[in-house]
Amino acid sequence: MPKMLNESAQPAGEALLELRKLRVSFNDGRGGEVVRGIDLAMEEGETLGLVGESGSGKTVTALTIAGLLSENLVTVSGEIIFGGKDLLKCSRSELRALQGRDIGMIFQEPMTSLDPLMRIGFQVEEPLRLHTKLPYRERRKKALEVMGLVDLPEPSETYRKFPHQLSGGQRQRAMIASAFITHPKLLILDEPTTALDVTVQKQILDLLRTLNERHSVGLLFISHDLRVVRHICRKVAVMYQGEIVEYGDTAQVFSNPQHEYTQRLVAAVSAGRRVYD
Amino acid sequence: MIHRRRVNTNLIAGCIITGLTVFIILVGYFWTPFDPAGMDASAINAAPGLPHLLGTDRFGRDTLSRIMQGAGATLRIAFFAVCIGAFAGTLIGGLTGYFGGILDELIMRLSDAVTAFPSVLLALVAVSIVGRGSDKLILVLGVLFIPSFARVVRGEFVKQQHRDYVKNARLMGVKDARIIFVHILPNISAVLLSSIAIGFNNAVLAEASMSFLGLGVAPTESASLGIMLKEAENSLMSAPWQALSAGFSIAILILGFSLISEGLGFNGIRSRTSKRRLRLNAENA
Repeated sequence: MPKMLNESAQPAGEALLELRKLRVSFNDGRGGEVVRGIDLAMEEGETLGLVGESGSGKTVTALTIAGLLSENLVTVSGEIIFGGKDLLKCSRSELRALQGRDIGMIFQEPMTSLDPLMRIGFQVEEPLRLHTKLPYRERRKKALEVMGLVDLPEPSETYRKFPHQLSGGQRQRAMIASAFITHPKLLILDEPTTALDVTVQKQILDLLRTLNERHSVGLLFISHDLRVVRHICRKVAVMYQGEIVEYGDTAQVFSNPQHEYTQRLVAAVSAGRRVYD
Repeated sequence: MIHRRRVNTNLIAGCIITGLTVFIILVGYFWTPFDPAGMDASAINAAPGLPHLLGTDRFGRDTLSRIMQGAGATLRIAFFAVCIGAFAGTLIGGLTGYFGGILDELIMRLSDAVTAFPSVLLALVAVSIVGRGSDKLILVLGVLFIPSFARVVRGEFVKQQHRDYVKNARLMGVKDARIIFVHILPNISAVLLSSIAIGFNNAVLAEASMSFLGLGVAPTESASLGIMLKEAENSLMSAPWQALSAGFSIAILILGFSLISEGLGFNGIRSRTSKRRLRLNAENA
């Protein structure tokens, strides 16, 4: 069994994120509802895994929380309470301040999530440029500090590099550094390790775990890879066809799945479990 | 991955050709062998030789001097027309591509309508409304070029917009203007540059045809390659060097720009930007 997370993190704190009856449908004329009224809560410093097959609505949920779905494209109803505020009712500038500082997001493909024509250092410190008034020197100092924290080799050199000069794992580390530099309360990770090979996967997961334990960053971990979720998340929610069909402690859900879909999921990866542990 | 330095012959050749023509044109602004407008009754329709290297026309004006001045006028018109078209086109295409929505649909349908007409025909109509003269020609051509640039830029913006780095920037709270100009624009520069080079070609051709049809630069204003072609038409059989040298100058100008756009578009240059892009593409492939 992987070591349980969060034993050191504060127990049952204030709710960090709460989804209430969240519904998302695409405005494509067919009225396809992708997320069908889900309720979900996360405490501060918690690690929550959102698992499900492709098309189950987990990524759409994440993008909705991050406010990255265009209003022309989707209709959202329900509430997303973050830090005591309903994100769906916030003005654009309020969202900008809140999301940029307190919510970070890591995407699946580290190749495309960094601007290919901008030096790594600038991208890492960009949130500081936007949300603080720190002068360049201070920003650079902080960027180097965070880059060291995420184990990027020789930060001062990497600072000047371009994304194509880094490996996939390093790019993902740079992404994490950029998302983490403002010390957000929540990191949304959309399949952050899917594009990486297994050894690098492990390193990135360990890094995320460290950030969670030392800095109590809440992790909302979206994945279809149950082994990864088992490895890092304390709580897990299983999504199936736009609904959450099962929610609970990771160990419990996986050892004693209630819903039929979860049982099938767990059965499907039980062969792989031994390899990973 | 193999890092082989590919020599971009197209780009180098294009730069050399364009560089030489631009140099000759610049010289033409300050010095020409003869006065481009100065007539010489003793050398009417003189064949190429000394002292008139490319011969003279039916007024005895030196063809080489007129080409140096005329190519300058043509290039100036092309340059400013492309500036207007590229600037406004990038702005419109960027904004519509980035924000989308009804305005996007509206503007794109409008540009469909404009593109549906042959541009020279539209230019004819426009010139007959606003009148002749090189400044007016610049304006007309510039406006007519807007849709083509807007279309290219819009397409690129739509493509880039769904990249994660743009989403990420938006999540960080980067302002829209900064995303458009600092993040996306540099990433579409290769496409933009090559369409600017193609735009130059079209502008040179458009100027030549408009002036040839008598709707461009006024002959009293200055020489231009289109006007020279027009004037050479009458003496095509007796003094072919006039038409040949004007036509050849147009061809050279266009060849230079075509090679540049080809070089920019397909191989990537040996500058950092394109090498990066090249490697990026290789890695993505």
